[in-house]
Amino acid sequence: MRLLVCVKRVPAPGAKITLTPDGSEVDTTHLGFTVSPHEECAVEEAVRLVAAHGGSSTVLTLGPLAAEDQLRNAIAMGIDHGTLLPMEGPEWDARAVAGAIVDAVRVLEEDDGRFDLMLFGNESADAGNHQVAVRVAHALGRPVVDGVKGIEVTDGEVALRRAVADGHTVHHLPLPAVAAVKEGLNLPRYPAMRGRLMAKKATIRHVEPRHREGGLRRLRLRAPEQQRTETTVLGTGAAAAPAVADILEEVGLL
Amino acid sequence: MSTVLVLVEHTDGELARTSRETLTLARNLTEPVEGHLEVAAVGTWSDELRKEAAAFGVTAVHTLEHELLDADAPPAAVAEAVRQLMGVVTPSVVLGAASERGTPSFAHLAARTDLPLAANCTAVETVDDGWELTRLRWGGVLYEDAHLDAEVALLTVAPHQIAAVPATMPGPAELEPFTPELDEALTVARPVAREALSGGISLATAPVVLAGGRGMGSAEAFAVLEELASLLGGAVGCSRVATNAGWRSHNDQVGQTGTRVAPDLYLACGISGATQHWVGCMNAKRIVAVNTDAEAPMVTRAHEAVLGDLHEFLPALLEEVRSRKGG
Ligand SMILES: Cc1cc2nc3c(=O)[nH]c(=O)nc-3n(C[C@H](O)[C@H](O)[C@H](O)COP(=O)(O)OP(=O)(O)OC[C@H]3O[C@@H](n4cnc5c(N)ncnc54)[C@H](O)[C@@H]3O)c2cc1C
Repeated sequence: MRLLVCVKRVPAPGAKITLTPDGSEVDTTHLGFTVSPHEECAVEEAVRLVAAHGGSSTVLTLGPLAAEDQLRNAIAMGIDHGTLLPMEGPEWDARAVAGAIVDAVRVLEEDDGRFDLMLFGNESADAGNHQVAVRVAHALGRPVVDGVKGIEVTDGEVALRRAVADGHTVHHLPLPAVAAVKEGLNLPRYPAMRGRLMAKKATIRHVEPRHREGGLRRLRLRAPEQQRTETTVLGTGAAAAPAVADILEEVGLL
Repeated sequence: MSTVLVLVEHTDGELARTSRETLTLARNLTEPVEGHLEVAAVGTWSDELRKEAAAFGVTAVHTLEHELLDADAPPAAVAEAVRQLMGVVTPSVVLGAASERGTPSFAHLAARTDLPLAANCTAVETVDDGWELTRLRWGGVLYEDAHLDAEVALLTVAPHQIAAVPATMPGPAELEPFTPELDEALTVARPVAREALSGGISLATAPVVLAGGRGMGSAEAFAVLEELASLLGGAVGCSRVATNAGWRSHNDQVGQTGTRVAPDLYLACGISGATQHWVGCMNAKRIVAVNTDAEAPMVTRAHEAVLGDLHEFLPALLEEVRSRKGG
């Protein structure tokens, strides 16, 4: 079977997100880059599905040239091919991103055949638009389920488990299909040295995206006001146990 | 006169809290211009529900009536029904809660109408050339102010960011059933089975969460948190490091890509307090951090802190709790 995984390069902030002086972007001077844990799970799942059912997997991203790093990471985990839709400048809105992905999928499918299953992260780590997978699925006329935490492929069909507040719902979709997945789907592997060396040499295919006006335009980013809390130090090590037990009594837990 | 349409959800004859929040936000768009605040909903409407909607200023209730629109209706079918209703009601804005059902329904509505969609909004106002809104990024640690230019604005509203307030002037909330034309093909993603969570206290609603991170050092170290959780009627939580190390199941992970918790007490043991973890626990009423590092963000943001090695502190706390329970 043929699989496509779509990922997004995002900064990996630590304890605090710092903005550029004009507030238009996250200041990434001192930050590394990554993809959302949801997308790491999507990559891992694609690798496992190909191992189990044969076929090939492709990882795709719309982003700056540097986003090749995120494609190579996925290749190091076992993905076969990488495709970059190169773009520079401010982030595109979800409608524009979905449009560009649809165009690219058509190009890739024209050349190498249909993707039986396309995996997306449920929402990107930074923008959290919650819609790219559904827009792409709709444009291509394929069924889609979001919030997916379990995937099982059988003959021409995929069973998806969607996480809901009180458990799971199970959905059976005919292939080709689309799933927006969540962390917890699997435990992603750590890429082995051999994979990383291969990924370094892998050819990344570039497909030029066409930008269409999305409709949603960022004005500025703002950090919410932090409520300053004075931290009371209750003590050190074992000696602090009675003080914490007092708090448990205070809040009615003991 | 402008019309604002809200897709609401209800269970057991009551509007969902997130739907009441969404109606409150929607009134900001109708009140200055005396517009219509209309709602669309799946499922039968009781008199109680109608009264509740009226209290929130709703002028009309469009019940979406079709045999395919039941409790299991997939988001594509709900979205298609709303899209058809939009043709009749001609709203300027359509909103809904960014809930488990609302979020995918709006993604499908956006796809079917090819309109832009602003997800997880906390504020919106009409401006000359469209709308200005605020939405959450990074799971809630960052706000984005954005301009929306669209024929019709589609928005989802972030849960629990706005207090739900009834309107000063109740609305008539007149029932206006609407029957869409839905194709069987829209139900392809309908659930074929449901699996309930195994019993026990759920992380999302536990009154106390005992959480461990990298500082726990092993899967075995969580045994003491397990025991504390069962003594206190709480749940065990963890950071992503603990999940990735295979010490805990992802079901226990607190944070941006895990579960959001809001317990009376959150005990964070050996967790540094990265933003992606913090968004998951910041709504706890009280946070106690246990950490060797007095400068760790979790410590500086907590209400109380225990400094030092958690491996010394936790067994002592367990002893103390046991003896107070026994005594
Ligand atoms: C897009 C994205 C989404 C993410 N989503 C999540 C999420 O949902 N949840 C989540 O948790 N993380 C998430 N992360 C990861 C997050 O950025 C951090 O890497 C993670 O939260 C760190 O876990 P930690 O605090 O356990 O580990 P560390 O950051 O390594 O901190 C360990 C802490 O333990 C203390 N410590 C060590 N030994 C002891 C001891 N013996 N006694 C007491 N204290 C000790 C240290 O001082 C330190 O403060 C996400 C990251 C990204 C990029």
